[in-house]
Formats: sequence, structure tokens, C-alpha cells
Amino acid sequence: MAHRLLSGVMTSTDTTHPITAPFLSLEAVRKTYPGVVALDRFSMEVRSGEVIGLVGENGAGKSTLMKILGGVTRPDSGTVTVDGAAHDGLTVEQSIGSGIAFVHQELNLFENLDVAANIFFGREPLRAGPLKLVDRAKLREMVAPLLKRVGANFSADAPVASLSLAQQQMVEIAKALSIKARLVILDEPTSSLPIAETEKLLDVIKGLKAQGISVIFISHRLHEIERVADHVVVLRDGTLAGTLAKAEINHDEMVRLMIGRMLKEREKAGEATRAPGSVALSANALRTSTYPDRPVSLELRRAEILGLAGLVGSGRTELARVLFGIDERLGGSVTLDGKPLNVGSAADAVANGIFLVPEDRKLTGILLDLSIAQNISLPNLPAHAKRSLVSANAELATAEKQKKNLGIKAPSVLTRTGTLSGGNQQKVVLAKWLAMNPKVMILDEPTRGIDIGAKAEIYGLMRALADAGVAVLMISSDMEEVIGVSDRIAVMHEGQISGILEKDDFSQENVLLLAVGKKPKLLQAAGGVE
Amino acid sequence: MSKKDLGLLVLILVVGAVVTAINPRFLLPINLANTSNLIGLFGILSIGQAFVIITGGIELSVGSLVALLGTLFIDFIAVRELDWPLAFAMIILLGAIIGFVHGWLITRLKLQPFVVTLCGLLIYRGVARFYTADGTAGFAFGQNFPDLEFLTAGRSGGVPNSFIALIIIAIVMWVVLHRSVFGRYLYAIGKNEEAAKYSGIRTGRIVIAAYVICGVLTALSAIYFAMYTRSISPASHGQFYELYAIAAAVLGGFSLRGGEGSLVGVILGTVLLQELQNLVNLLGIPSSLNFAVMGGVILIGVLVDQQWGVFRARRRMIEATRQNVAGAPAE
Repeated sequence: MAHRLLSGVMTSTDTTHPITAPFLSLEAVRKTYPGVVALDRFSMEVRSGEVIGLVGENGAGKSTLMKILGGVTRPDSGTVTVDGAAHDGLTVEQSIGSGIAFVHQELNLFENLDVAANIFFGREPLRAGPLKLVDRAKLREMVAPLLKRVGANFSADAPVASLSLAQQQMVEIAKALSIKARLVILDEPTSSLPIAETEKLLDVIKGLKAQGISVIFISHRLHEIERVADHVVVLRDGTLAGTLAKAEINHDEMVRLMIGRMLKEREKAGEATRAPGSVALSANALRTSTYPDRPVSLELRRAEILGLAGLVGSGRTELARVLFGIDERLGGSVTLDGKPLNVGSAADAVANGIFLVPEDRKLTGILLDLSIAQNISLPNLPAHAKRSLVSANAELATAEKQKKNLGIKAPSVLTRTGTLSGGNQQKVVLAKWLAMNPKVMILDEPTRGIDIGAKAEIYGLMRALADAGVAVLMISSDMEEVIGVSDRIAVMHEGQISGILEKDDFSQENVLLLAVGKKPKLLQAAGGVE
Repeated sequence: MSKKDLGLLVLILVVGAVVTAINPRFLLPINLANTSNLIGLFGILSIGQAFVIITGGIELSVGSLVALLGTLFIDFIAVRELDWPLAFAMIILLGAIIGFVHGWLITRLKLQPFVVTLCGLLIYRGVARFYTADGTAGFAFGQNFPDLEFLTAGRSGGVPNSFIALIIIAIVMWVVLHRSVFGRYLYAIGKNEEAAKYSGIRTGRIVIAAYVICGVLTALSAIYFAMYTRSISPASHGQFYELYAIAAAVLGGFSLRGGEGSLVGVILGTVLLQELQNLVNLLGIPSSLNFAVMGGVILIGVLVDQQWGVFRARRRMIEATRQNVAGAPAE
């Protein structure tokens, strides 16, 4: 593909950067959908070897921008210039041909195939002959340098299912490199990654930059943007809210541009207003199917938010699933308010006031096809029925009350839950449990994929629950969240609690040390560690 | 009544009008009575199937069950000379037990519904044939059961009692499916079983209950079919009935993925299928084409329904765009 460098034709924007002309630029791009202006008067430039952080709340226009760059949708007006050639919009072929590659939040990998087969899927080198057999040796030869470039620590014939999320993302990036990508767009790659895995990914981004490949890095985790971005583009309500140069990038400034004002609470859930109470839920030498030989013990007190940190795969979700009765308990015991408790199913847990807000909202948290009201009443339907017949009035009354209390933004409680934003869907999950007086509330990654405004509200709700005496267990891989929200932090490492941090000892370093199984640096020598 | 059901009703009326125009015998009381009797028999069977399909499952063994349970019923009352109410209760109980076993295998041992009930289809047919040594089960000359015959094959004011039974069952099951807590659970499980479980619903029990309901209604229809044909050759009796039941549900708007469909829909689906059968007879279409006509109509029906959905979605989009354009300030 010939590079057409028509710098003379370039518009005024390139005069400020006469040496490194942007290989891609957008100018005054506008895109409307029925009822909304998704993107308006938006301009940006991408230069070789540059890492651009792209931030904005959900609905700010990031997805539309991605679709335009990917050639999936055409802007209504404005120009997209690639290598000096101006277009009204790209086609998918032009986008791929210009070396623009995407790594989406939801990975598009075949888990049952190995790494090499995934990278060159549909483009496998073939042996001569009529049978068109795949040339395995050549395939390995082609894959090896790509894996090296992303710094992979796994082999080309490892099954994708056996890789961690971060490793799977490396496979996606290698796939992008295999089509000679010049710009890799990472859409919230770290939102499902734990701390140590995130580090690896950020290293990969730096590696790409060193190879002269541009990166657009979309993330809700602003401290990651701070660390890798050369400059930051902030979107708000479909328009460019601002651009920050390297030296100007900081957390508060990004938040201010994103929401158009300073966020007072800064994602904090506030301090506990009362001392933690007696032990509500206690797990004694519990064994889960993931780590059958590693008993877990944990005490959860009333009126506290206990943060549960750790790497993905450290057994946090499995612990929650056992406590909620989804997974079988292989050993050990559980007590609730000091009394032995036998939870054999989620129904048993719910009957005892132990509720779970699961990790995967759309698959397990709510039923997308049901209305808000139907979702809220579902766990407690007999209470909304007379003689086994559902009372629509009782159902609506409960839903209206919860909608008001939680500030669920929807036209009505009869709205299909699937049409709501992530934050509002999560509020519906919370609403169904809040409507039935929780004793113990377990939240697994409660704010994943939720924008900053809704995050703050969910933190507020968690704090209100704790203040009302509920025992709250919050599993989170977001370091800022764990430290900002928790009253105590328990950290898991390979299936066991490696330590518990009291408020004075909260620090990213301590959480990380415990997460990898090392000793934390404590203020009081006797604190925390078992 | 939903729009879908209304569309189906219109289709039934239109087909009826066309058949009447070509062959007025369609509206003769004797023809209507015969057809509504068949609607009653197949309707009861189809409602049972619908309860399984709503959970995202399928019950393929109902045709064989109609043969097995029908054979047993006739054997009980004609050969073993049990009191018919006792035999009736035993058959219903047997249907419930078989439904329970299917549900148990599916929920507790995690077997796929298709596999479990396919095995059932083969097993029950085989057992039925073995039981009669491949002979025909029937009544001896002069054997009479006046009460039973009135309830199953009799008529009240010209209306077949089997059809009246269907109406009563349909009303009860409508309340169960569309108004009860259990019905809501069925829909929730059909839409997303995992999420239902995470909401504290004992999904296993609910799914088993659906198979038990299907077993009971199948047993009931088996008795009705037995009393209608009065003699059963187990090798062919009830063959393909599972497909009639599934077809009625699909025509009535049920999704085989579960979580979608209404009781009115499955009844209307049954009505349309029987109307088509009748049409083949009345219009002199070779009866060998019977299945082809049904298959064609179901395919067209499902296709029209799906395309209509696409069309409406597109029209909504265009509408919204227009409003947006009209509402936007001039630039």
C-alpha cells in the first residue's frame, strides 16, 4: 500500500506539527442517531507512536467515535483523513487497510482453539495440495515474532481457554499486529483485569508505542490513563470537552472535563458513621471447588464494608458463590449471627437475608427481557401475590418505591431492563435486594463498566446499607475503589485470605503485596496478618 | 389477547372463509363437531408441551406416551376390568411420574431435554408394542362404559365434551401460566435460567413441575385419544403427535429458546393445524400431502411473523428519525 503524503493539501491543523504529520485525523465530525446527537464538531489527530487516552462517561460518544474509525458507521458530516487522503467516512475495508485494529472489551476469541489458530483464523498458511491442510510449522513461524512483540509469556499452541484475561488480550493485540496495525484501539481493556494483570497490559501498550504503533486507550480507570497516555482526549455529550497534554494529565482535571464540574466526593463512599457491630456472617475453614485443599476463613461484621481484594482467580468470586449457595460447599461451616447456617442453594441464602449482586450483571444479575418491576419482585414474588396469583398492584408499588429511592432513571417501572444503561441496570439489581431487608449483602465488582456519576451513587448506597447495620462484602479489582470505600480490606491470594488490613494500613502497596502473597508494611507490627 | 394471537385468529377465520367458499360442507355441524373434537384432543396435548417449551425444554416422547398410556388404559378397563375411575387415576399418576423422571434427569443429572425425551420416545413406543405383543388393544364386543364414554367421546348440546374439557383446562392453565407466581417463574427460567437462580428461585423444582404438568396432560389426552379411537395398535397410535404439539406451540408464538408464548397462542395454533387437516380433506387434496401442507403453512407463518417484526422495527426507526429531523433546529 503506497503512502500518499499530500502535506500540501492538508488543512491548517497540520501546520502546528510540520514534522510528524498525523497519519489519521478527524475534523468537525458529526453523527446523529434518531433522537440524539452522538457526536458533534469533533476533531482529533493521531500520530505514529502516540498513546492517546480517551475518556468520557457512558453515552459521551466514545462508541460512536469507535464505529466511525472502524468504518462501521459513516459520519453525517466532517472529514476523516488517512495518510493525507480525505474521506467523508471510512468503509470497513478502508479502516482495516489503513491499519486500524480494535481490541474490544468483550474479546472475540475462540476459546476452544489455540493461540496460533486464533491469531491467523481464516488466514492460515496452507500446504500445497488439493486438501488445503493448515501448514502448522509455517503458522508457528509466523506467530512467534508477534507473540514476542506483545511480550507474551505463553506458547503459541496454548489453548486460549487456559489463558488469563490479560493473556487473552495479548492474543487479541497480537492478532491486531498480524494485520500490520498502525493504530490499535483498546476499548476498556483493563476493566475486567486485576492489578497485576493490568500492569502487564500497560507494559504491552508501552511496547507498542516503542515500535511506532499508535494506541487509543479507552478506560474508566483514570490512573492508568495518567500512567501511559501522551495526551488525553475528553468527550462529553458528544463533543470534545478538552484535550490534555502530557504535563496536564491528572485525575481531577479529567474528571472535571468529563462531568463538567468538580466531583466533590471523588468516588468516595464517605466514612463509617458507626463502629462495626457483631459478627454477622462467618466462614470457617470453607472449601470451594476451585481450591478444595485451601480452607478459607472470614468474618464479616455488621455495619461495615469489608473490601475483598486480590488477583482474578484468587478465589474471591468462588467464595461469594459458595456463601450465596450457587456453588457447593466442599467443607467447613458457615454461621449467621452465631448460628450454624446450611445454605444449599441461592434460595436458601435469600431466605436467610444473604444477597448477592453478581459479577456478571447481564447474565446473572437481572433478566434483561423482564421489566424493572418484574425484576425487582422476582426474588420475593410470593410476598407480591395473593393465593399464588401475582398482584400487579403490589408489584408496581414496590417497584415505584425502589425506583424513587435509588434514583433509577427510566421512563417507567414497566420499561424493559435491557434498555437501561449499565448503571441503572445495576441499581435494579440492588433494588430487588434492598426491597427485602438484607442482613448480608455481597457485591461482586459492583461498579464494573459503570460511569463515574452512577459509581458515586452506588458507593453511597453501600454506605447507607452499612449505616443501617447491614454487613457488606465488596469484591473489587479496582484499587481506588477498594481503598476508598472499604472499612476493612481482606486480601485473597490463591484461594486463601492472605491478610486483613485495617484503615490505617490501607495503601495500594499493601493490598498488592498481600495479593501476591507477601507481607504488607504495617504501622503496628502486630496488625492484620494471620 | 396479544397482537400476535389476534393475527393468528384472523388467519384462522380467513382460511375458514376460503374453505367454506370452496366447499360449504366446512360449516356443517357434523364437520365442526368432528374438528372441534380433534382440537380438544390435540389441544390438551399441546398445552402440556407448551409448559415444557416455555422453560426452554422440549418433550419428544408425548406421541409414544399417548400410545403406551392409551394401551395401558384400555388394558386396565377392558382386559383387567378395573373400575374406570381407578384406571383413570392410575394413568394420570403414571403420566406424572414419567414427567417427574424426565424433569429429574434434566435438572439434577443435567441431561439435555432433547436427549432425555428422545430416549423416552423410543422406550415408551417399544414398551407399548411389547406389552400387547404388537397386537391391538381394544374393547371386547358389547363392553360399555357409559359414564366414561360420555365424558370423553360424548357431546353436550352438540359440542364434543373433549372440546369442553379443553376449554376448562385452557382457562385453568391460562391463570397458572399468566397470573400465578409459578407461571412468572416459568417465564423467568425460560428467559434466563441462571439469572432466575441468582434471584433465589429454585429453578430445578419449577422445571420438574413443568415436565410433570406435561406428563399429566399427556396422560389425560392419551385417555381421550384411546376412547376416541377405541382400539389402539401401539406401533402407529400417536405417531408424530409430539410434532403436532410442538407445531401448535410454535405457530402460537412460542420460542423454542424458551420464555415466550401465550396460552391463547397455543390453542389457536392447535385450531389452525386442525383446520388445515380438515381443509386437506374437504378440498380433495391428496391426504398424502397432509404433512407437506402443514409444514408449508408453519414455515410461512413463522416467516411472516419474523419479517413483520423486522418491518415494525424499521418503521419505528424511520418514525424516530423523522421526528428528530423535524425537531432539530435549522443549521
